[in-house]
Amino acid sequence: MTTLPAPLPTFDASTIRKRSGERNITLYAGLTLFALIVLAAVFAPLLTSADPLQQNLLQARLAPGSPGHLLGTDDLGRDVLSRILYGARVDLRVGVLAVVTPLVIGSILGLLCGWWGRWFDTIVMRLVDIVVAFPFYVLVIALVFALGQGTKSIYIAISAVGWVAYCRIVRGQVLVAKEQEYALAARASGLPTWRILLRHLLPNVILQAIVYAMSDIVLSILAIVTLSYLGLGVAPPSPEWGSMIAEGQNSLLTQWYLATIPGLCVVVVGLALALIADGLVNQFNKR
Amino acid sequence: MQYALYVVRRLLTLVPVLLGITFVVFLLLKLIPGDPAVTLLGVHATPASVAELHKQMGLDKPLYQQYLSFLGHALQGNLGVSYQYRGVSVSSLVFGNLAPTLWLIVVGMFFAIVITVPLAMISANKPGSATDGAVRAIPLIGIGLPSFWVGVMLILLLGLKVKILPVSGFGEGFTGHVQHIILPALTIALAQLPILIRSLRASMLEVLVSDYIVTAKAKGLSRSRVMFGHALRNAGVASVTVLGVNLAYLIGSTVAVEKVFALNGVGFEMYNAILGRDLPVVQAITLIFAVLVVMVNLLTDLAHAALDPRVRLG
Repeated sequence: MTTLPAPLPTFDASTIRKRSGERNITLYAGLTLFALIVLAAVFAPLLTSADPLQQNLLQARLAPGSPGHLLGTDDLGRDVLSRILYGARVDLRVGVLAVVTPLVIGSILGLLCGWWGRWFDTIVMRLVDIVVAFPFYVLVIALVFALGQGTKSIYIAISAVGWVAYCRIVRGQVLVAKEQEYALAARASGLPTWRILLRHLLPNVILQAIVYAMSDIVLSILAIVTLSYLGLGVAPPSPEWGSMIAEGQNSLLTQWYLATIPGLCVVVVGLALALIADGLVNQFNKR
Repeated sequence: MQYALYVVRRLLTLVPVLLGITFVVFLLLKLIPGDPAVTLLGVHATPASVAELHKQMGLDKPLYQQYLSFLGHALQGNLGVSYQYRGVSVSSLVFGNLAPTLWLIVVGMFFAIVITVPLAMISANKPGSATDGAVRAIPLIGIGLPSFWVGVMLILLLGLKVKILPVSGFGEGFTGHVQHIILPALTIALAQLPILIRSLRASMLEVLVSDYIVTAKAKGLSRSRVMFGHALRNAGVASVTVLGVNLAYLIGSTVAVEKVFALNGVGFEMYNAILGRDLPVVQAITLIFAVLVVMVNLLTDLAHAALDPRVRLG
């Protein structure tokens, strides 16, 4: 019960050497792909003139490639491309924002656990053991169920579960870093604790947490999509990829693309973020 | 003897975790906005009948007493009565649906291992080759795979286009179960592949450069003997832990996957309970899933300690 939810690529912060001139293709590919997705979501109104909520039963169930509807229309005649683009706004926003609170809370707790240790560490680590005993989805689903459907509940549920990973990562890094010379020097020179923690330790231990945050965004997007598929996420008729898959599953035989396209979008977002995470690891290992 | 000591120590660590889990599950009730008695009786209930139900449900007692009685009941296997199906005990509802879920987890894990091992071995055998590149692309593409969507795609391809497998329910008899479990189990396995392949490949590469592998090669052992007999055995031990942690994730994804395939397991029951706002059932299933994960972690740790003496000494 002491391992992380996903094996992390590790890097050694002590071997930071800059080898200039070498390009990190993985990182740039990931950043470019992610930037394109974000731009498509932000400029959705410019990319499509169709309203994602506008129903038109006369134009229902058009195949992809129909004039005016590049990706076709769904059972209610709503434009699929427009729903995908506006859905990206919801899923990306919630996915990225849901990671911020756990990152901050988990890192602070991890910093304090690693630095202080003693009873504080014991209590927080017991809490960690309890949270990781629950399967991620089951606890998130149960929490959202109790708090009520909606994005606010999703933020709370993901934060309540997600801080654990950051806490463990940062704690582990601090345990190593605080014995290193620069940290000992800072202590010996009598700097206040908060200054050592924030100015000396944090910049050295936070990188690994940020790398993890990239895959955590994917995890939280998957959670939102899954919750919406189960009818606990973003309320219909708001366009959202998970509920689009759920609606598309009903007409799988006649319009396979309705359930297929939103899923592919999640995969592409995952690919972009995985490339960024791998690229970051390469970058830090190389230096 | 040493192993027995380790087992005792490990079992003792379960106590705070199990207490914590039950407390979290108990608190779910407190998170719900509004009065549960009013929810049950409806908005037109008289204050007297609400107070009566409060007394019946123990809601008039202090929080710690409510928790202790919840814990006491849970230990006796009494998990309350379903809101949705009046009078049906939650434990009979949940335990009656446990079989399909256990099938799904076991067969899913089996598929995951059967697919992961050869791919990771081929990949680690020749790092940098085209095959290795293809295998390494799996985690990148797979990290964002929603497990339930994989299920929908499998239904589309193998169930509806090439009609070779049933797409919903649990079937009749042993052969029926086997046929019906293949697609859901494959779904769960495919969603696990990225993490499993990545970790086994990494530990294989690590192991392959160690001294005892060089020795084994120098002794003139065949390539396959070295790979399977020596390298996989040691890399596998490290991956057992990863497998254990992932099983927790896998167990969680059964909720959505069982819904996709209308497989009447515990996960599907949780979905139904959510639709019916059936809190006791949601609570009970959350608790059972958590206990399942704790048990799996316990078994993984015990297996790890049995395989690797360094663990039980530490």
